[in-house]
Amino acid sequence: MTTTAIQAAASLWWREITRFRRQRSVIIGSLVQPLIFWVLIGWGFNASFRPSGMPRGVSYVQYFYPGVIMLVLLFTAIFSTIQTVEDRQEGFLQGVLVAPISRATVVFGQALGGTTLALIQGLIFLALAPAAGIWLSAGAIGAAAAIMVVTAFALTSIGLIIAWRIESTRGFHLIMNSILVPIWFLSGAFFPAGGAPAWLGWIMRINPLTYQMAALRRALYLGHPNITGPIPRFALTIPVSIVFAIAMFALAARVASRSTVA
Amino acid sequence: MRSQAVATEDTDLRAPISAAAPAIEVEHLSFSYRDRRALDDLSFTIRGGALFGFLGPNGGGKTTLFRVLSTLAPPQNGRARLFGYDLAGSTLEVRRRLGVVFQHPSIDEKLTVAENLAHHGHLYGLTGAKLRERIAVVLDQLGLEERRGELAQTLSGGLKRRVELAKALLHEPQMLLLDEPGTGLDPAARRDFHNVLTQLREIRQVTIVMTTHYMEEAERCDTIGILHQGRIVASGPPAELKARVGGDVIVIHTPVPDVLIRELAQRLQLEATVVDGTVRIERPCGHELIREVVEMFRDRIDSVTFGKPTLEDVFIHLTGHRFVTESPASAQ
Repeated sequence: MTTTAIQAAASLWWREITRFRRQRSVIIGSLVQPLIFWVLIGWGFNASFRPSGMPRGVSYVQYFYPGVIMLVLLFTAIFSTIQTVEDRQEGFLQGVLVAPISRATVVFGQALGGTTLALIQGLIFLALAPAAGIWLSAGAIGAAAAIMVVTAFALTSIGLIIAWRIESTRGFHLIMNSILVPIWFLSGAFFPAGGAPAWLGWIMRINPLTYQMAALRRALYLGHPNITGPIPRFALTIPVSIVFAIAMFALAARVASRSTVA
Repeated sequence: MRSQAVATEDTDLRAPISAAAPAIEVEHLSFSYRDRRALDDLSFTIRGGALFGFLGPNGGGKTTLFRVLSTLAPPQNGRARLFGYDLAGSTLEVRRRLGVVFQHPSIDEKLTVAENLAHHGHLYGLTGAKLRERIAVVLDQLGLEERRGELAQTLSGGLKRRVELAKALLHEPQMLLLDEPGTGLDPAARRDFHNVLTQLREIRQVTIVMTTHYMEEAERCDTIGILHQGRIVASGPPAELKARVGGDVIVIHTPVPDVLIRELAQRLQLEATVVDGTVRIERPCGHELIREVVEMFRDRIDSVTFGKPTLEDVFIHLTGHRFVTESPASAQ
């Protein structure tokens, strides 16, 4: 990347953060929904629901907690990439498209913006860990943040793949919800793969988000590997997560380069 | 004064390029959407420093031509060059030299005027002191200094359009490309916008190319190209084009246009045409004819209008179609 490209991407990133800061309702909205999920589902199921395969000594509230963080990242990614659809509808994108920068640069800026917003939201949620009875070490917070960055970058890139191809925000919502929510559901966020029927277990094993989910779970319990139960190790989850994120970004850049919708 | 000095200096730096090649050269350019041919084998040249307007009704191909020239849509057939740089092959070089003003706003409503400009500058590689200086210059040129800290969403339509222009000028383009600049502005704001454009041309030599369906906007251009069904049916200075229409234009509103045409031909040896239910006669010294025609067909005529040819008359003269301008707002 040239200096101009880095600067252009940084500017697109900055613009997204600035917009975000000026839309308070959005900040609150994308936190409240996962929070409600966590409180209602986590505590609601806590007494009665124990999916098989869940490690011993872990309450359902605790088990579900990393899953909710993942949901925060997912919702923020959906929200931030919807901006791309709106930018096209409102006309902002046309000005960016005639600037002397490549589409990959534009997508990189957009992905960085979405990633940052997701990271901020994720970190806010991380502060609630004690409510789940999870006491995070500094190392755990650092590791979790790093994994959130990689995961959010991948999710935002997926959002951008769709956003660059679609014209209406309504269609975008539909597609995102019907793709990302099932992927999240089958990532081990809700129940462990170990206890699921074999066919579902296999789907979960080929689901890329499973590895990011496992990485996040291990990061939160850094130093206490037996609490997380039988999930993939860092040695597998980290490379898979990084490769997946890069692949999704490359695909988004490619889709954007070919898009003539604007 | 400061802004003028800066502008002149930069113009000098860029002068050799614009002198070497025409601003735009287009050869055999065609563009089709799925089932519709929007541009049909267009070839034209626009000289550097021109104020050129593409005039045509909606659907004539203006928007598509704008999209191709602004590098939003790659040319499908034929080639187009801007200051010698190929639109398809050297897109980034073209983009650096081009300032684009879109019909629909491209500013971010949630950012202030200055933030919008700063962001735009970053996309064009401007930073630091140079960027601050350029922002100050364009804000001054467009009379926007007092608005610099205001959110774009609080500005009136006319002011927003000025911010668009400030944005397009920020990176000192050699050419400004404007899509329907008058659309969505009230007549006063439109006049104001064009006065600003005229002043800009005086301050710095910049080639201006615009699309329009407003006659008065086209009148302000020094050369116009009339687009109809994806082709340029005529081009030249507005006065020259109007001279092509034979003298004066008489339009007769009548319930029986076909009868009138026949009788005009038989009894007065006059050649007339029917356009959209009205009878048109183009003829030098038309005023002498009116009395005669009205007396002869008194009971068949609702009204008669007489005038010097307008660009609309030129369009009708060339295409045989009325110039339809309704609903520009419905464009995507």
